[in-house]
Amino acid sequence: MKPSKFTYHAPQTIDEAISLLSQNDGSSRVLAGGQSLIPIMNFRLAAPAALVDLGKIANLAYIREDGGEIRIGAMTRQRSIEFSPLIREKLPLLHEAIGWVGHLPTRSRGTVGGSIAHADPSTEIPMVLQALEGEVSARGPKGERTIKAEDLFVSHLMTTLEPNEILTEIRFPVMPADAGYAFEEFARRHGDFAIVAIAAAVRLEKGAFPWVRLAAAGTGPTPLKLRAAAAILGSKGPDAAAIDEASEAAGEELIEPTSDNNGSADFRRHLAKVLTGRAVRRAVAMAREKAH
Amino acid sequence: MADLVDIEFIVNGVPCQGRCEPRKLLADFLREDLALTGTHVGCEHGICGACTILFNGEAVRSCIMFAVQANGGEIGTIEGLAQDGKLHPLQEAFHEHHGLQCGFCTPGMLNTAIDFLRVNPSPTRDEIREAISAVICRCTGYRDIVNAIEAAAKKMRNP
Repeated sequence: MKPSKFTYHAPQTIDEAISLLSQNDGSSRVLAGGQSLIPIMNFRLAAPAALVDLGKIANLAYIREDGGEIRIGAMTRQRSIEFSPLIREKLPLLHEAIGWVGHLPTRSRGTVGGSIAHADPSTEIPMVLQALEGEVSARGPKGERTIKAEDLFVSHLMTTLEPNEILTEIRFPVMPADAGYAFEEFARRHGDFAIVAIAAAVRLEKGAFPWVRLAAAGTGPTPLKLRAAAAILGSKGPDAAAIDEASEAAGEELIEPTSDNNGSADFRRHLAKVLTGRAVRRAVAMAREKAH
Repeated sequence: MADLVDIEFIVNGVPCQGRCEPRKLLADFLREDLALTGTHVGCEHGICGACTILFNGEAVRSCIMFAVQANGGEIGTIEGLAQDGKLHPLQEAFHEHHGLQCGFCTPGMLNTAIDFLRVNPSPTRDEIREAISAVICRCTGYRDIVNAIEAAAKKMRNP
């Protein structure tokens, strides 16, 4: 239960960090908040030759609004999201979800960028990024590029980030002010990894949904956009039968539901259906309230 | 041996210096190098919460933080909680309400509760339960811990 030896680097700039990552043939790892990496190092499931700590690099922690987007620095602590008035106002779905991310003492250290780069498919921040169609910036030896959420997550703990690339910024489109939203999660203990979680956000206009955002976590190898369910809601609108149909579809469109000691694949399909129904109904009720 | 790193931080108000391997966990540094054994190590992978300390005023789990990451920071451990021989109101409340049996989780419970009451001075019982879900206690069944934190919150609001 102690990590194996590694060399520690605490660079002052991103460029320095990228060049350190490019040494050691890919056996170096980025250390952000460490709330996932250090436990797996303690178990020796990971034994990087070197850690490149981003903790001493200035200007990687910020939350700001810019041209219809919320830009979040990769090293922004999860707890800063929890207490940010800007997030509460412009990305209320992320605000609601963040209370489910680990526990108070892990949110003090855990970062937004670290959670996304770690890409655990049962975690909340990657799924909200997927639901709201956000994107990230990554910098590597060849410069900076933008990766859309749908192109970022490959599989369990795998992203399209290169080993010597660093995720520097996360961008979410501001949610429409009249959107209703809801986050539903089932876990054995509050703060544990989601067995299944569902994020929903909708706009309601003249009895139809011009804007639907739906995603699931805990249900397969990546955070999943529930496209079939969203399409049903988009075409049929907010009546009870359509929401039931969409919830059924949500369960059926899971690609490879995980089966493990927390629950079978069938259990996860069932939860996805139930939680989708709950989340959509709650989001619709909120959207109706906002319309009055 | 891997290269050693020099670190310095303030622990319970006292400046401390040390040298250790980068892989040394902060919990182990506190216990082994500074002999502050009040920080208890349970699971060593960030689940049980027994090792929770205060880092720059916030509750963190010291078994999933390297000592070197704490460089330049300010640390509070259970040993620094009582001031001038007088127990902290939370410690007093744990005593009065029987908020512990074996005491192994208690340092983590207290440090978690301190940070929690700092941001939420008037919590509901449900909010207290959610906050302490970060720390596992195998003795009490939690009820007396919730009672203690509720009583301490009241006392801290009206000292």
